[in-house]
Amino acid sequence: MINKAVKNGVEAVSDIENGAVLLVGGFGLCGIPEACINALLQTDLKGLTCISNNAGVDDFGVGLLIKQRMLRKLISSYVGENLEFEKQFTSGSLELELIPQGTLAERIRAGGAGIPAFYTPAGIGTHVADGKEVREFDGRLFLLERWIKADYSLIKAWKGDTAGNLIYKGTARNFNPIMATAGKITIAEVEELVPAGELDPNQIHTPGIYVQRIFQGDHYEKRIENKTVSK
Amino acid sequence: MLSKKQIAQRIASEIKDGQYIYLGIGIPSLVANYLPEQLQVVFQSENGLLGIGPYPENDKMDPDLINASKETISMVKGSSLFDSAEAFAMIRGGHIDLSILGALEVSENGDISHWKISSGLIKGVGGALDLVASGAKLYIAMHHCHKDGRSKLLKQCKLPITGIKCVQKIFTDLGVFTILPEGGFKLCERAPGVSIEEIKAKTEGRLVVKGEIKEMELFDNE
Repeated sequence: MINKAVKNGVEAVSDIENGAVLLVGGFGLCGIPEACINALLQTDLKGLTCISNNAGVDDFGVGLLIKQRMLRKLISSYVGENLEFEKQFTSGSLELELIPQGTLAERIRAGGAGIPAFYTPAGIGTHVADGKEVREFDGRLFLLERWIKADYSLIKAWKGDTAGNLIYKGTARNFNPIMATAGKITIAEVEELVPAGELDPNQIHTPGIYVQRIFQGDHYEKRIENKTVSK
Repeated sequence: MLSKKQIAQRIASEIKDGQYIYLGIGIPSLVANYLPEQLQVVFQSENGLLGIGPYPENDKMDPDLINASKETISMVKGSSLFDSAEAFAMIRGGHIDLSILGALEVSENGDISHWKISSGLIKGVGGALDLVASGAKLYIAMHHCHKDGRSKLLKQCKLPITGIKCVQKIFTDLGVFTILPEGGFKLCERAPGVSIEEIKAKTEGRLVVKGEIKEMELFDNE
């Protein structure tokens, strides 16, 4: 079996160049590629485009890339309360493209599946439809949305093997499996990396074909944005 | 006038056995607290879960298990997990029976605005655009007026639109309303102690009042 293991995040991201387009997995701070983000922070990369459902918070997740002024453009569905983002957006140094969450997910899925565009009802009658082709099917209106692809996908899974097969845990799955399919180079970080053959093929969520590099991250912080408990 | 809890309680009495339901943040998220025990329903979370359970006990919080408000949650028996594309396939595909969302404005033809805007900046809309466009049943839970007294039930939305002609029913602190096919808010019930005059005064869009309007009954399912 092809061995895709690399040593760590630093090695995995070492060939990313200025201006690259990155898909970054996670929903809020859940299931984000912490080790790859930390590795990026050790570089002096600039002008990156980051496609991620959220913008992290000021001091964690994608928010750290914003803070270090590594991004030129952010493509998200909801950017939340991120003061550093606001500052850079207001000053014009960071561009923002907001996409409805389901459309974002499907555009990425389409990118990975070789579907250049598709019609969706989301955004009809709103500013999201501005400049887009609208077409009627069976009496309802739909608008045309294009695929999304990226130079690199940075994703996080729970377990993986050296062949690049991945298993996710809980709602940390979110955008990771679809982003895995839409990157020219997909870098997967996992909490536990095992030799090929040790994971049950019946349980694999992302087949190894989508993954070019894999490594085991360490010291996952897994910060919780809103701790809520029952009394 | 109803409290947020009472609005949630009133909506809970509309929910039917066997439904798959999406609850938005704010008042809608409270609805789950007021369901009769014998009712079997499943709540979907757009970040990839069918079967949201209650908040976990303090020592059972799992950072890998959150809802769309990024709160730690638990799973009920029979839950399933999936990715974001799948989550929205079931939303857009019309597999969710009922969505209950908050709103900033609703127009008399059933348009809704609920963009999150702060310090003059649009922060995004998350999954709401996909939800309201799915054609599934959509109920709105919100206060009848903004904090400064302006009505949220309008002739036309003033904020950017989230979706058009998508709302069926609105539950506010003053009453329950349906959207008429020809446009207009039809008053169905009023909150205890709230007069039709007060509702008229606080509804900017076309209000339709026909026949006797009963005070709503609230069942305490807590």
